[in-house]
Amino acid sequence: MINKETFGGKMKAYLKTPGSFIVMLLVMLAAIVTFTVLIFLIVYILIHGVPYLKPSLFSLQYTSDNASLMPALINTVMMTFLSLLIAVPFGIFAAIFLVEYASRGNKFLNVIRLTTETLSGIPSIVYGLFGMLFFVNTLGWGFSLLAGAFTLAIMVLPSIMRTTEEALKAIPDSFREGSFGLGAGKLRTVFRIVLPSAVPGILAGVILAVGRIVGETAALIYTAGTVATVPSSVMGSGRTLAVHMYNLASEGLYMDQAYATAVILLILVVGINTLSNVIAKRLTKG
Amino acid sequence: MDKLNIKNVNLHYDDFHALKDVNLDIEEKKITAFIGPSGCGKSTLLKSINRMNDLVAGCRIEGEFLLDGVDLYKDIDVNVLRKRVGMVFQKPNPFPMSIYDNIAYGPRTHGIHSKSKLDEIVEKSLRDAAIWGETKDRLKTSALGMSGGQQQRLCIARALAVQPEVLLMDEPTSALDPISTSKIEDLAMELKKDYTIVMVTHNMQQAVRVSDNTAFFLLGEVVEYNDTEKLFSIPSDKRTEDYITGRFG
Amino acid sequence: MTRNKFDMQLEELEKLLTRMGELCELAIAKATGALKDGNIGQAKDIIVADEEIDQMEKEIERLCLKLLLQQQPVARDLRRISAALKMITDMERIGDQTADIAEIIITTRSLNDTTSIKDIGEMSAAVSKMVRDSVSAYVKKDLELAGKVIAADDEVDAMFDRIRSEMITLIAEDEGLHGGKAVDLIMITKYLERIGDHATNIAEWVEFSITGVHREAEEPML
Repeated sequence: MINKETFGGKMKAYLKTPGSFIVMLLVMLAAIVTFTVLIFLIVYILIHGVPYLKPSLFSLQYTSDNASLMPALINTVMMTFLSLLIAVPFGIFAAIFLVEYASRGNKFLNVIRLTTETLSGIPSIVYGLFGMLFFVNTLGWGFSLLAGAFTLAIMVLPSIMRTTEEALKAIPDSFREGSFGLGAGKLRTVFRIVLPSAVPGILAGVILAVGRIVGETAALIYTAGTVATVPSSVMGSGRTLAVHMYNLASEGLYMDQAYATAVILLILVVGINTLSNVIAKRLTKG
Repeated sequence: MDKLNIKNVNLHYDDFHALKDVNLDIEEKKITAFIGPSGCGKSTLLKSINRMNDLVAGCRIEGEFLLDGVDLYKDIDVNVLRKRVGMVFQKPNPFPMSIYDNIAYGPRTHGIHSKSKLDEIVEKSLRDAAIWGETKDRLKTSALGMSGGQQQRLCIARALAVQPEVLLMDEPTSALDPISTSKIEDLAMELKKDYTIVMVTHNMQQAVRVSDNTAFFLLGEVVEYNDTEKLFSIPSDKRTEDYITGRFG
Repeated sequence: MTRNKFDMQLEELEKLLTRMGELCELAIAKATGALKDGNIGQAKDIIVADEEIDQMEKEIERLCLKLLLQQQPVARDLRRISAALKMITDMERIGDQTADIAEIIITTRSLNDTTSIKDIGEMSAAVSKMVRDSVSAYVKKDLELAGKVIAADDEVDAMFDRIRSEMITLIAEDEGLHGGKAVDLIMITKYLERIGDHATNIAEWVEFSITGVHREAEEPML
């Protein structure tokens, strides 16, 4: 083979340029460290959690004996669904406005950008406190899934907007020109040409949002509450998996169950990501 | 017969005077070529004909564009105008959807939804663009899987599907290989039986081969507008001669 | 000024055309000289010179075709190159005709003892000037000079008529003694007259290369 460098050849080349050899080592080191930490984390959780994955952990009713995670799991799914239902349409439409409708260099535009960027930098406990004061107290919703979902929706809105904006911007102007050139109006161009092409990018943003929702505790404790049951309506209180884990861990009595819950949470996140990827591939194919 | 009269057109991009007192009469069912160095205003004028410049911020147009005697900036709805004056762009830009949907996009936009009618339009457009044979067995596959030359002919078919009267082509072959280029040129010459074509080109030989009339632009002005053979054999302006013989600047 | 290479090639074309024109002129001058002196050796030189002219025609053709292929000329470049292609055909014919004159001189000797030789010398000088001026008009892009060449053809035709009647008189007067010579001289002057026509053709193509209009064409060439 003449088109492949041998290891010896590579080393010889590096001898001539020690600088690049050092940089290569550093780059590889960084990759190895990152990977090792991740693997260690997962393995650690699995080792501590998997042995305690017992059927009792999945019983529908939570008791102080079984420390069941089932209600929390159901709540998590509901919470995710509700939050996205609120945040995704708002985020996408806001992004469409920013990219497609607002004229470039509009001052209002900069204000919106600044606001969303600031929002995404605020710690989640602040959202939690706001949610408690506004949704729970002022609107009188009490600790409820709905209050939690709204709080989370506000929290993930900036990132959904931001990623959608980037996805829309990445659609080449030639598509828009082509559509306008055929006599299509703005609305048709945006919804028939631009938005479908941007779906994979938008979905990436939604996945990130799902990650944050599933992993959130601070913003939920003061809004959705910590009751370990499945509420009968969205106005009822309920804890998600992450909150459930936080409670188990902070009480200190159910560390084993907490690890087991972590395993389930891990599986849930991986599952959601895989599902989203599959959907994205389906959509882009068509 | 003139299809389009451009009268005393001045165009500014903010402070930049891009077109200066342009007067041109475009003949019906002929191919008119716009030539000139980069930045001379030829593409700008082309885009003004179907009002694509409306989308550009800071673009100010004065003067008249008359399509069959009707002022297309005053008396025609812009979407109707763009149906009557189609456009093919420099880089092939098929939509990320199937070949069929690409062609059907225009007619659907203008309210045609009957399946049989759409089938008919799709076939006719693809046939007219001389690409039916290559696509008839893969109408439902993505248009992005085609070669560059095929994509450009698809874009021409897409423009034909709304039954335009005028076809604007903005350097339609600049991104294509020689064989695809000659296919597009043949197609253009075939299409002029039914359509009025205005073509911007950087390829002087292409203008000679394809067009009936040629306008030479320089610094936003039309220096010379004449029968193509005349312009390329006995240009009347020294600047035209210097440009077409490659001794420009 | 861009397209240096092309401009250099066009200069090369001009040089070759000038050289070919000079060869034609020289051949005409030699033919006249040989006629006056009855110099057979000089007449044989002319036939050799004609071959050189033929070779130059091929060389210029090759250059023109190469330029057409490589440079795809338009406008004045196209006219100059196509005019050159037409001009060399006429120049080649001029070469042939001087060779024909030379052959007559070689076969029929002592043609120089007639009184009309002086007139033929004048005609030959006039024709020679036409050839020189036509090529020079091409190189200098001189429309006026080309016009002069075309006008000069009428004078050459008049000279031919005069010499012809002189010859007829000669034949009539000396009762057949010089009849053969007279016929040969008429043929020589006829060849000179033809050379004048070719020079006129060249001048017309020169006009075309400058203006884009050929005066003999009923419809525009381009």
